[in-house]
Amino acid sequence: MSAQASATHPRGLSRLLIYGSLGLFALFYLLPLFVMIVTSLKSLDEIHSGTMLSLPVAPTFDAWEKAWSSACSGLSCNGVKGYFVNSIRMVVPAVVISAMLGAFNGYVLTKWRFVGHRWIFGLMLFGCFIPFQVVLVPTARLLGSFGLANTTTGLVLVHVVYGIGFTTLFFRNFYVAFPDELVRAAMLDGAGFFQIFFRILLPSSLPIIVVTVIYQFTNIWNDFLFGSSFAAGEAAPMTVALNNLVNSSTGVKEYNVNMAAAIFAALPTLFVYLVAGRYFVRGLMAGAVKG
Amino acid sequence: MAFLDLVALRKRYGTIEVLKNINIELEEGGFLVLVGPSGCGKSTLLSTIAGLETITEGEIRLAGKVINDLHPSKRDIAMVFQSYALYPTMTVEENIGFGLEMRGVPKLERAKAVARVAETLQLTHVLKRKPSQLSGGQRQRVAMGRVLVRNPRLFLFDEPLSNLDAKLRVDMRIEIKRLHQETGRTVVYVTHDQIEAMTLATKIAVLKDGELQQVGTPNEIYNRPANLFVADFMGSPSMNLLQAAVVHRDGRKGLSISRRNGGGDLVLGIPPTITSTTLEEGRSLILGLRPEAITDRDSADRHARAVEFVDCAVEIVEPAGSDTFVVTHLADKEVVARMRSDADVRPGQTLSFAFNLDKAVVFDPESGQRLV
Repeated sequence: MSAQASATHPRGLSRLLIYGSLGLFALFYLLPLFVMIVTSLKSLDEIHSGTMLSLPVAPTFDAWEKAWSSACSGLSCNGVKGYFVNSIRMVVPAVVISAMLGAFNGYVLTKWRFVGHRWIFGLMLFGCFIPFQVVLVPTARLLGSFGLANTTTGLVLVHVVYGIGFTTLFFRNFYVAFPDELVRAAMLDGAGFFQIFFRILLPSSLPIIVVTVIYQFTNIWNDFLFGSSFAAGEAAPMTVALNNLVNSSTGVKEYNVNMAAAIFAALPTLFVYLVAGRYFVRGLMAGAVKG
Repeated sequence: MAFLDLVALRKRYGTIEVLKNINIELEEGGFLVLVGPSGCGKSTLLSTIAGLETITEGEIRLAGKVINDLHPSKRDIAMVFQSYALYPTMTVEENIGFGLEMRGVPKLERAKAVARVAETLQLTHVLKRKPSQLSGGQRQRVAMGRVLVRNPRLFLFDEPLSNLDAKLRVDMRIEIKRLHQETGRTVVYVTHDQIEAMTLATKIAVLKDGELQQVGTPNEIYNRPANLFVADFMGSPSMNLLQAAVVHRDGRKGLSISRRNGGGDLVLGIPPTITSTTLEEGRSLILGLRPEAITDRDSADRHARAVEFVDCAVEIVEPAGSDTFVVTHLADKEVVARMRSDADVRPGQTLSFAFNLDKAVVFDPESGQRLV
């Protein structure tokens, strides 16, 4: 009995230490979010008079409203809503197309191997490691000659091309562990190239689809460099608009409006993580073990 | 004309030849078993028939037409894989019906066909389940159902029973035999289990290192093996292969076999299976005797033309229930004899062994080929 009691005691203590430090870290990481939210709910006067961490005395969504529909960035004063929509119109097709192409590439590279498939895959992998800055000028020229400069379509194209390397890598590593015998069985069952992909492989791919979608969504939504380089002005994505808003040098700095706009910019990725996060971890693990 | 005809078939990976000049014919409704040790090319051969592997040279003909370059999906062949290869995201029902769906069979007709096959294979109660929720035996039956539901020209089985436990394997073996008898379909079956080969086949092809050793009925393969490899590979316990020399004694030719501790050589007559080879005196040979061709005096075959009785020392007795295996020592080797289960034999005893020379086969020690 006594041995058991003395054994429980240090375990309880170490539990306390573990959860204590975990809680502390969590608090530390959540602090910026907390500051963002409380600041966005305060009026400018309150911000100037109080401290950063104090709770709002009279919470108001005025700053949110202003950030969304009437804050000025550059010349126009229509808030961030237009740019938010730009980002949605960019991110949805870019994610869908790059994920689909990646899945297809992965399928062909693992199940329909052709002469030189290693080379193709190697080059795609290489594409993942090219720094963005290197290709800025050529890409700008190319988009210009396509007539896609300063358009959302142009951004979609750039993100799809840049994303294919990563999405192909994800799907290839997932499908490499997918049993070849299933493909062979489907062939003998009379299924063709596309039927095998859509009926046999794709239904088993949920974990890797989730990983790819989260990865691509986060990257493309958060991208600033391509957005600011290829789509300034009206077609700019959310990240660029946020930057313009915060850096507008006229008048007083409206911290509450800036914070509210930043929250708008962060919401979609937060949402995607909350919805699909647990599949994300599971998918990453599955890929790690099998691939 | 044969239904399935493999003509001078070769398969090379780079410079390595994995199938060397394979020639096999199979009549319609036949059951061909490809058997051999692992790595002998039997599964590769099956894959080439299915079209999952290309061939380097030769021809594969099915029902008179060359199908070398036909895509697997166009060959109208169904295959059971060793791993079963069930589609994990589909239910049993969808798994079985997939082949029909791909061939454009209307939904109603498909459901009927699936129900019929499920009934035969006792899968009706698991039709809505996913493969991961099934036992090994059920998965195996789903794999069978998937090929049975279609009406292909040819069935291929790639070691379909190797993942089952011993009892289930015997049950499924009987089930496969029954299905073949009832449907009369043409089957090519790969296994390394020679009992499966013997019990199921109408024709056995024995392969070794990509080379065809012998093609024949189970009876031919078992009783008249073409060479030492086939003799040794087929049968359990395996055939006794004994070094022997041709001698002349008492005006007759005979085969002399050395015994342990001197004690004078054992001399047996020339087996009646030798009809055309002249055996000159002094020539060394290998005598092959199945365990059941060496018995105790009472269980000797009364209809055999040439049975000889010889006293030998019993070394080990292995009662196996249905039989008793008795081990003695000849030509520097252990020799297994199969005796009645209630034979009164004890180790150390000297016993009269009956050698049935009707069943004996003789091989040339250099070429390994059987002499006739």
